[in-house]
Amino acid sequence: MAAPKKGRSASSQSKPGRSLALILIAIVALTGGMFASGHTTPRLGIDLAGGTSITLGAKSGQESAINKTNMDIAVDIMNRRVNGLGVSEAEVQTQGDRNIIVNIPKGTNAKQARDQVGTTAKLYFRPVLAVEPQGGPATPSPKPSASTSGSPSPSASKPGEKATSSSASPSPSASATSQGRPVTDALKADATPTPSGKPSAPASASPPKSPAPDPATAALQAKYAALDCTKKAVRAVTGDGVKPSDPTVACGKDSQGQWQRFVLGPAEVSGTEVKKAQAVFDTQGAAGWQVTMDFTSKGSKQFADVTGRLAKNQEPQNEFGIVLDGEVVSNPRVSTAISGGSAQISGSFSQTEAQDLANMLSYGALPLTFKTDSVSTVSPALGGEQLHAGLIAGAIGLALVVIYLVVYYRGLSAVAIASLLVSAILTYVIMALLGPAIGFALNLPAVCGAIVAIGITADSFIVFFERIRDEIREGRSLQPAVARAWPRARRTIMVSDFVSFLAAAVLFIVTVGKVQGFAFTLGLTTVLDVVVVFFFTKPLMTILARKKFFAEGHRWSGLDPQRLGAKPPLRRIRRASAPVDTKEA
Amino acid sequence: MSKLGTLGARLHRGEIGYDFVGKRFIWYGISILITITAILGLTVRGLNMGIEFEGGAVFTIDKTSVSVSQAEKYAESAAGHDAIVQKVGKDGLRIQVATIDTAAADKVSAKLAKDLNIPEKDITGELVGPSWGDQVANKAWQGLVIFMILVVIYLAIAFEWRMAIAALVALIHDITITVGIYALVGFEVTPGTVIGLLTILGYSLYDTVVVFDSLKEQTKDITKQTRYTYSEIADRSINGTLVRSINTTVVALLPVAGLLFIGGGVLGAGMLNDISLSLFVGLAAGAYSSIFIATPLVADLKEREPQMKALKKRVLAKRAQGESPLSQVSAEQPYDDEDDEAAPAVVGPRNQPASRSRGRGRPSGKRR
Repeated sequence: MAAPKKGRSASSQSKPGRSLALILIAIVALTGGMFASGHTTPRLGIDLAGGTSITLGAKSGQESAINKTNMDIAVDIMNRRVNGLGVSEAEVQTQGDRNIIVNIPKGTNAKQARDQVGTTAKLYFRPVLAVEPQGGPATPSPKPSASTSGSPSPSASKPGEKATSSSASPSPSASATSQGRPVTDALKADATPTPSGKPSAPASASPPKSPAPDPATAALQAKYAALDCTKKAVRAVTGDGVKPSDPTVACGKDSQGQWQRFVLGPAEVSGTEVKKAQAVFDTQGAAGWQVTMDFTSKGSKQFADVTGRLAKNQEPQNEFGIVLDGEVVSNPRVSTAISGGSAQISGSFSQTEAQDLANMLSYGALPLTFKTDSVSTVSPALGGEQLHAGLIAGAIGLALVVIYLVVYYRGLSAVAIASLLVSAILTYVIMALLGPAIGFALNLPAVCGAIVAIGITADSFIVFFERIRDEIREGRSLQPAVARAWPRARRTIMVSDFVSFLAAAVLFIVTVGKVQGFAFTLGLTTVLDVVVVFFFTKPLMTILARKKFFAEGHRWSGLDPQRLGAKPPLRRIRRASAPVDTKEA
Repeated sequence: MSKLGTLGARLHRGEIGYDFVGKRFIWYGISILITITAILGLTVRGLNMGIEFEGGAVFTIDKTSVSVSQAEKYAESAAGHDAIVQKVGKDGLRIQVATIDTAAADKVSAKLAKDLNIPEKDITGELVGPSWGDQVANKAWQGLVIFMILVVIYLAIAFEWRMAIAALVALIHDITITVGIYALVGFEVTPGTVIGLLTILGYSLYDTVVVFDSLKEQTKDITKQTRYTYSEIADRSINGTLVRSINTTVVALLPVAGLLFIGGGVLGAGMLNDISLSLFVGLAAGAYSSIFIATPLVADLKEREPQMKALKKRVLAKRAQGESPLSQVSAEQPYDDEDDEAAPAVVGPRNQPASRSRGRGRPSGKRR
């Protein structure tokens, strides 16, 4: 690629206007796209916008457990957690092969976020003691059909999610009544203080009955009554500080996406006992997407135990809540005791839902722990200052380069400056577009990369111009000089840009953290440099070569043959009489 | 400026020039000396690794009226051990506390906020576990090695293995010097420094590649003539691209200087400063090595080739006979023949459009 042997590129030679038009159209299109997308500025990284950035490192007993699948599951879970903080736009992504980076924009509680992401997720299976919806007032009985006994297929409602033994075919549950039913003492077998469900105006059809109040559960009851699951901030702290052995209250969503609140018994099975969970499509039955789980031997016993007990209960106490970080992610109903170590959760899941649930279940079994590798908090003021400084530095750098080019190349520098400008516009627009597209965020190293790239871009022009000047020194007039200089300059530019791009690509793939942002910008600008030189600088030069100002070598054009010391065709010039080595450059 | 323009012309024609290849041993010597100093500095003094590599916390405060010594006291009482406090910008402070963990850092941050009487959210904190820096550094080294291997392969294909080796030597040379300067001066090494260092990779090679490109072009038909040895043409190549090399280096250094000025002068310590400092040192070393080390090294390696040895013999024999090389020079370059004795080392095929167009469009396969 590096050494094109073609003497002259015929197309760009004959139709320089076309390339120019092409790149101008590209610029207009990209800029239009930028304005159309509404993202007119590049997204700023944490270090420029202010906020908290947390880097977590995965640790595991066995190295092989740190793989992409597990890391992706962990990212999913982290994402749920930070976005449950009441933080909008927190972003979680993997970085390198063993790091997760959590970026939380300004205005958030960094300490809380750090506590959240730093700890290991806790997944428990808890029996449901009471549940009631807490959607908006306009929730007209979302799931009346859940109670239909003997319904051939599980209904869309969440209580319709059923846990069945994998051996048993998904059969409709026999005894579901409408939800929102008050707590009974069914689970008292294990001496759990039973909270009384206080279904205040449940959307269900069946009127609530008042349960017998249990003084031991007064606190829990109060908590339950006060729990407003529709508030994000409330949800975020609901599960905090609850021991697995205590009953608790929690929030969860039903299949319509409405919030409901739960009273849950003590954890019966820990998520660490889940060996494997995955989403499968039921090809035989009509169950559609479902989630299968395999338990460890200890887990199977516990699970058989709890399902055996739950199956005897009435709705909703025949459900168990799968609680992740204090939130009920699913509450399937149990119809029979499930022994044998594997279970299915079916319902009318979409593929994504099933996969999400499977991922969450897998997290309990995820053999990864995360430790906080680095936390950096940037106050918005400092972020703004850094951005400001970066921009000023860029402006100064650009100005210095422009001045140098003008002084040295005179008229020719107009070409270079125009090219730099095109390059700058393209870089800016593409960065702005890459924000929403691939989550690119402009951070300080990226700004540095862009500033450094000014040099690389300008260098391409210098290579080209020096070639042209060499040709003029050989005594050629401008047009043939440009034509002859281009293939050689092109090869040099390609080779050197390739090396530069190689460096950027390797750095981007291999390294982590800030280095990556830098490598990305450097790579991007290198590619743009090639684009600009090929589609802008060269055609522009070809066109300008026809203009009198340049072609006749006006003394301000930077191409004056006399000034360049070209050999006048007729007159001999005085030869340097000095010996070679006396002068240094 | 016009002087420089003329200088470019005279360099181009080979009227003046510096005998880079002939005097290479001086420069090799200088480079070896610098390298040894750098390695000595590295082993004796070691690098001053920043908090990011050692683990600890850095707090930055934009605006405070508290003096450095006062802040030091606060920080020490908050952290329970020594803290380094630097002034940043106009009235900002940067407080470094080594070896504390995340939980402790929270307390320190809270206490500092109280002592300095500013809201805690105005404190910029950077907490780093000790393994994170190692990881960044390890990945960087890994990237460096992979890049070097790839680039050697690429240069070996695009040019030839001798050039690839010379470029690699120049690259290692640049990095050693930069790292050595860091060790000797005691600049703090941060992730920013690593970034800067890694950029030198691309840049140092960029420069070298341009000189090599010209060298490759000029030596295409070297065996078909008997006027110049490889070293002489290499010299000619360097001189011919000298103006470009100077321009490139200046243009590359200008934005970096802007960064350094802003980073150091306005912001004080920080990422911008770190990157630009290592870049500045590295770029300067890179420009030097591509001219004084890489190309002479290629010439050295090439001269060992039997073909080139034979060429040298032929050239020397011819010179000894004092034969006029007129037959080789096209008529439109009348001064060339007279020039030969005065400037034997610096006239090259650049002045021979005839031979050049002969070579164009032809693979240069012989020496690849």
